[in-house]
Amino acid sequence: MSRRPLVRECPPTTWYFRQPRYLRYMSREITSIFVGAYCVLLVVGLQRLAAGPAAWEGFLQALRTPASIMFQFLALVAAVYHAATWFNATQKAMPVQIGEDFVPGSVISGAHYVAWAVLSLAILYLAGVF
Amino acid sequence: MAKSHKPVVWFPFAAGGTVIAFFIPVIVLLTLMTALGHVPAGLGYERMHAFAASGLGKLIIFGVVALSLWSSAHRLRCTCFDFGLRADTLVATVLYVAAIVGSLASAIFLLRI
Amino acid sequence: MTPLKERLVQLEVLRYNPDTDTEAHFQRYEVMCQEEWVVLDALNKVKADIDPTLNYRWSCHMAVCGSCGMMINGEPKLSCHAFLRSYEGVIRVEPLAHFPIERDLVTAPDDFMEKLKRVKPYVIPKEKKPISEGEYKQTPAQLMKFRQYSMCINCMLCYAACPEYGLEPEFIGPAALTMAHRYNLDSRDGGRKERQEVVATHEGVWTCTFVGACSEVCPAHVDPAGALQQLKITSSIDWIVEHLIPGGKS
Repeated sequence: MSRRPLVRECPPTTWYFRQPRYLRYMSREITSIFVGAYCVLLVVGLQRLAAGPAAWEGFLQALRTPASIMFQFLALVAAVYHAATWFNATQKAMPVQIGEDFVPGSVISGAHYVAWAVLSLAILYLAGVF
Repeated sequence: MAKSHKPVVWFPFAAGGTVIAFFIPVIVLLTLMTALGHVPAGLGYERMHAFAASGLGKLIIFGVVALSLWSSAHRLRCTCFDFGLRADTLVATVLYVAAIVGSLASAIFLLRI
Repeated sequence: MTPLKERLVQLEVLRYNPDTDTEAHFQRYEVMCQEEWVVLDALNKVKADIDPTLNYRWSCHMAVCGSCGMMINGEPKLSCHAFLRSYEGVIRVEPLAHFPIERDLVTAPDDFMEKLKRVKPYVIPKEKKPISEGEYKQTPAQLMKFRQYSMCINCMLCYAACPEYGLEPEFIGPAALTMAHRYNLDSRDGGRKERQEVVATHEGVWTCTFVGACSEVCPAHVDPAGALQQLKITSSIDWIVEHLIPGGKS
């Protein structure tokens, strides 16, 4: 009897359909498309801001097209999903040991969520939302 | 096997991922409110211009835009590989260059304000 | 005592005979099992009563030895830890993904074993001292720092779960890199610099994209995904010290 192991290839373009967790991973990665595109929108906004009041008003008006609203809604979902996965990961990447024990992961991630909420509210306040 | 220089691209990716998580959702919320007709007072030309004209404002805006662009570009590079696109060097070059161009453009616009 | 409930279990098992086959194929078995059994029990019943040619590895039957890893309904599992009551209908049993099939459910672990060796998974003492000077002491806090990572049983479920290992077989992979991290964190160890030659490479930690599947399937709750992210951070700090700080290279 000789060894003749059967090598199976991982399907390079369809592997993520094999387990639901791979689809969750891919959706996390795909948020980068929407966030990246939204950043391009921010760069355009800066250009309009530099060009003067009329240009800036035009930019704000252009945000109101249905396609733009749809895109921003998708970008919001993507950014929030990214934030949640990112904060959940902090406890793995940065464990904190005090004495013998490790601080529970939920405390580390929870602290990030609290900071996120406070920062977001502060920015909304500074932007004059309330 | 040589040690990798990946930290050069990974460190800004990690910093950008943190910036995106903390800042981008609320920024999108603000522009979305504007788009839906509830323009926050802070997004008027006077206040936005004053913010972007200050040194601290410039720094914050540039930091958020540049790091978020880089982080998205890096993650998109990995995603292309995951989707089966094996031309990694080409993909990486195109995306990183795009992120750098976007950051430079932001810097130029900010300096004009 | 109430009698144990019996259940007719249908198994679909991937078969491969290196002497006669060029492809693997599924074979269906129907076997009467106790409801409380695990998939490994069902396989043992098949081998004993129906088909003695069926090959698979197992030893301890208590999730300690790490030899009975298989894909069960597409999920990497220890078959001694996969309870029949968790499954309905036909249970599909395949050898661990991403490893070559030796025969039936037996895979070839050679690649993993070679990679494990490369990360030097043993204490490399900071300073050697004669036995007469006594043991290398460690406080409970120093032990807790790496204890979780020392629970690995080398079952290779994390490799079967990791798509990046499947796509790039050169990847050192979750368990081996986690072992490197475990010894790096050990207060008695001074071997981090040697291990970094393997860890801080493209095939090392930089092939990981933090899918996180390794930690989800780990039967020993080792959290390789966490270990690898920590290795990325320390490797990045190393890089900065070596390249950006004058005199940091020494």
